[in-house]
Amino acid sequence: MSKLDSKIPEGALEQKWEKYKSSVALVNPANKRSLEVLVVGSGLAGASAAATLAEMGYKVKCFCFQDSARRAHSIAAQGGINAAKNYQNDGDSTYRLFYDTIKGGDYRAREANVYRLASVSANIIDQCVASGVPLAREYGGMLSNRSFGGTQVQRTFYAAGQTGQQLLLGAYSGLQRQVGLGTVEMMSRHEMLDIVNIDGKCRGIIARDLISGKLERHFGHAVLLCTGGYGNVFYLSTNAMGSNVTAAWKAHKKGAFFGNPCFTQIHPTCIPVSGDHQSKLTLMSESLRNDGRIWVPKKQGDTRKANEIPEEERDYYLERRYPAFGNLVPRDVASRAAKERCDAGYGVGTSKMAVYLDFKSAIARYGHTKAVTQGIHNPTAEQLKDFGKQVVEEKYGNLFEMYEQITGENPYQLPMRIYPAVHYTMGGLWVDYNLMTTVPGLYALGEANFSDHGANRLGASALMQGLADGYFVIPYTIGAYLSKEISTKAISTDHEAFVKAEKDAQAIIDRLFAIKGTKSVDHFHKKLGKIMWDKCGMARNEKGLKEAIAEIRALRDEFWKDVRVLGSPNELNPELEKAGRVADFLELGELMCIDALNRSESCGGHFREESQTEEGEALRKDDEFAYVAAWENKGDNNYEIHKEELKFEVIKISQRSYK
Amino acid sequence: MSHGNMNLTLKIWRQKSDKEKGKLVTYPVQDISPDMSFLEMFDVLNEQLITKGEEPIAFDHDCREGICGMCSMFINGRPHGPKRGVTTCQLHMRSFKNGDTIVVEPWRAAAFPVIKDLTVDRSAFDRIISKGGFISVNTGNAQDANNIPIPKTDADAAFNAAACIGCGACVATCKNSSAMLFVSAKISQLALLPQGKVEATARVKNMVAQMDEEGFGNCTNTGACEIECPKGISLENIARMNREFYVANIKS
Ligand SMILES: Cc1cc2nc3c(=O)[nH]c(=O)nc-3n(C[C@H](O)[C@H](O)[C@H](O)COP(=O)(O)OP(=O)(O)OC[C@H]3O[C@@H](n4cnc5c(N)ncnc54)[C@H](O)[C@@H]3O)c2cc1C
Ligand code: SF4
Ligand code: FES
Repeated sequence: MSKLDSKIPEGALEQKWEKYKSSVALVNPANKRSLEVLVVGSGLAGASAAATLAEMGYKVKCFCFQDSARRAHSIAAQGGINAAKNYQNDGDSTYRLFYDTIKGGDYRAREANVYRLASVSANIIDQCVASGVPLAREYGGMLSNRSFGGTQVQRTFYAAGQTGQQLLLGAYSGLQRQVGLGTVEMMSRHEMLDIVNIDGKCRGIIARDLISGKLERHFGHAVLLCTGGYGNVFYLSTNAMGSNVTAAWKAHKKGAFFGNPCFTQIHPTCIPVSGDHQSKLTLMSESLRNDGRIWVPKKQGDTRKANEIPEEERDYYLERRYPAFGNLVPRDVASRAAKERCDAGYGVGTSKMAVYLDFKSAIARYGHTKAVTQGIHNPTAEQLKDFGKQVVEEKYGNLFEMYEQITGENPYQLPMRIYPAVHYTMGGLWVDYNLMTTVPGLYALGEANFSDHGANRLGASALMQGLADGYFVIPYTIGAYLSKEISTKAISTDHEAFVKAEKDAQAIIDRLFAIKGTKSVDHFHKKLGKIMWDKCGMARNEKGLKEAIAEIRALRDEFWKDVRVLGSPNELNPELEKAGRVADFLELGELMCIDALNRSESCGGHFREESQTEEGEALRKDDEFAYVAAWENKGDNNYEIHKEELKFEVIKISQRSYK
Repeated sequence: MSHGNMNLTLKIWRQKSDKEKGKLVTYPVQDISPDMSFLEMFDVLNEQLITKGEEPIAFDHDCREGICGMCSMFINGRPHGPKRGVTTCQLHMRSFKNGDTIVVEPWRAAAFPVIKDLTVDRSAFDRIISKGGFISVNTGNAQDANNIPIPKTDADAAFNAAACIGCGACVATCKNSSAMLFVSAKISQLALLPQGKVEATARVKNMVAQMDEEGFGNCTNTGACEIECPKGISLENIARMNREFYVANIKS
């Protein structure tokens, strides 16, 4: 018997969530006051959950490792957030958003969850606008939309290229309001190091106060992990430097199954690596593909400058290969196509590992429109360019500036050089319909769970999912559990389970200091990243994955023999923080390779070279692999797979095509 | 390791903790590439220190793309360094010359005590926000987002104010350590939106009271904050906040 029960409610797809909401057990206000919830993470998922649960009357503590909740990595999201509002009257609907998401995810997500996500999407926009988020508007005062990849409607809401910032500051303001009211206790500069289970239920966490270095015990009737994704296992990624897997990984080691760990998203449009000093990669938002055209020279090894290559000698390969979606194919498809061209010798720039993203046509097109609206009938070429530039600047100004700061090149004049980079992790802790992990009382929200994006996430859907989970899902589903906990008194943190968990966390810290090796934490992290990128990156095969597993094991042994952590545990010590995180990445990396090895099909961002069509497209094997791989940690880096079969009752499953 | 040709002398503030005294310590660094970011240059230095067995320098950073507001270095007497409109993490070494001496200190303000080396405590900002930097709308209370049209000019102006990243450079550069630019940005954002008008009076009074309680200084209109703000937050916000404050006091 499978240990996985997804708890999907009975009934027709469109009615499941409505029925669930009206039948789920409630907790009365007096009882809520004595129920404590720990929320780990203050990104979109954590901040929205913490604020909402506190508004409902629960006692909440919220944790983040940054100095302020406002700095969670969600702040960096650029392009936008999807919602099925159909404000553009272009045929959008809840069903279409649901369908696009399932298809975009290459049929590896759960229908019921995705439908719920699509159906609450519109409420998110309402909530954000009500809390003062200044989303972009048209001259008539209505909200503006743009297109993102993998869809043919305009449903993406945005705030210039800073959508994540504005949404997070909105959620953060709601959180701070509760902090001011005394209903949330905010624990910034705290890092969760373990969960505490008592009698089979999660009852708290161990956290390190990053300033004093002291380990603390915190009790909660329920614990929510909203700790983001694990893309930094690759060392170089678009994630913030501190993004990590520690919270999810420690929970995994204490019983939470890890779902589809190998499903990582490589984003097609990032600024290419410039040297080995590189510490992170910078994304150029997908929204740029609304207006930018991607090309490489038709001639192999062409050394001319971009501007010297005439139109007819340019290969707009996405438009050529995928005429229906063109530059707006989903990310996995766009990334692989860029890799294919570069591997075949058509890459540009000094490293030859880049392609062009060109705004020339957009500038010309917008220039014309603006000249017309200004009543100028015979504009000069200069005027056209200026007008076009103005429009592009209004849409993407901050991204263009960012590009220029990093590369020293002006993208209004020269096309951007871009290349794919690690960006997002679809995999994460396995959760049921309630967002509960396989440990009762332990939930996972936002990027930290595996749930809604299958094998490939569509652009502008992560922000949507984070806020859906925090604002609209968990407030209901947590009731199903906490309504049965009303007679559970707060457990003393002197309980032996807390004492032991703290001791174990301390032992890891002591061990790290005791090694006194010769190499920095970054040294190991970079090596791990290279193994992962080369062998578990955009293309994977059996041989490479097997090698990667052996290499990671060896690297892990070396780490525990030779890492050097200086300073002391009783103070602010960024090296110690990094060491703990990299230690966990060194275990996770192996599991990702094991999962990738097991899944000998290609789907979404997971491309197994052994499984492709004649045209080089990903070839799914639905008979064998239409399941979620949920891995149980058996200790000592041994794992057992559990399969959740995916049933498609509404959507007809078919080979994905964007041609 | 790094492939560049710049050699620099760094003078960096080292301070073990808030209880101990700090001092500037000189470190030479070699082979710095102009394509490195300022923080990547610090990575190189820290790697060198670790190899020598010396404790690396603690500094705040996270996103490294100018949006989280965490990085905070006072470089040659200017918050976020010599270039306008960028954060420390977005500053690239091409803004410096081979042979330069660069002095790096933490933000200095009574309300931002040093925690260690270049890391300071900016939690005063969070406490100010918790006194009114929000709209009191519970989840589930919202009407359709297009029910209240908002003129594009207002929405854009609110967005420009909301672009503040809460880094604290404005405080660090101000001779009075005033937090007016930061506080006024939030007050402006909400004052410009119809949704924010309901609580405008209480908001400005409570936030200003908390700002004073945290020990930030008064604003004497020197304008340094606007010049050093990496996000171009304008002094107009301070004028707007002063108006809001004036009106709030008349009303009560
Ligand atoms: C550059 C970039 C651009 C993006 N653009 C878009 C976009 O345009 N649209 C879109 O939909 N998505 C976008 N994404 C994806 C999206 O931003 C993220 O998936 C999403 O914001 C994740 O939110 P979250 O709340 O799950 O986690 P995060 O925002 O990552 O928050 C994690 C929180 O957990 C805390 N935390 C982590 N570990 C611990 C620990 N051990 N102890 C204590 N606290 C911990 C952190 O302090 C933080 O508060 C983008 C991502 C990147 C990297
Ligand atoms: S106003 Fe500018 S300088 Fe001050 S905190 Fe905001 S972004 Fe930083
Ligand atoms: S590190 Fe985020 S703004 Fe500099």
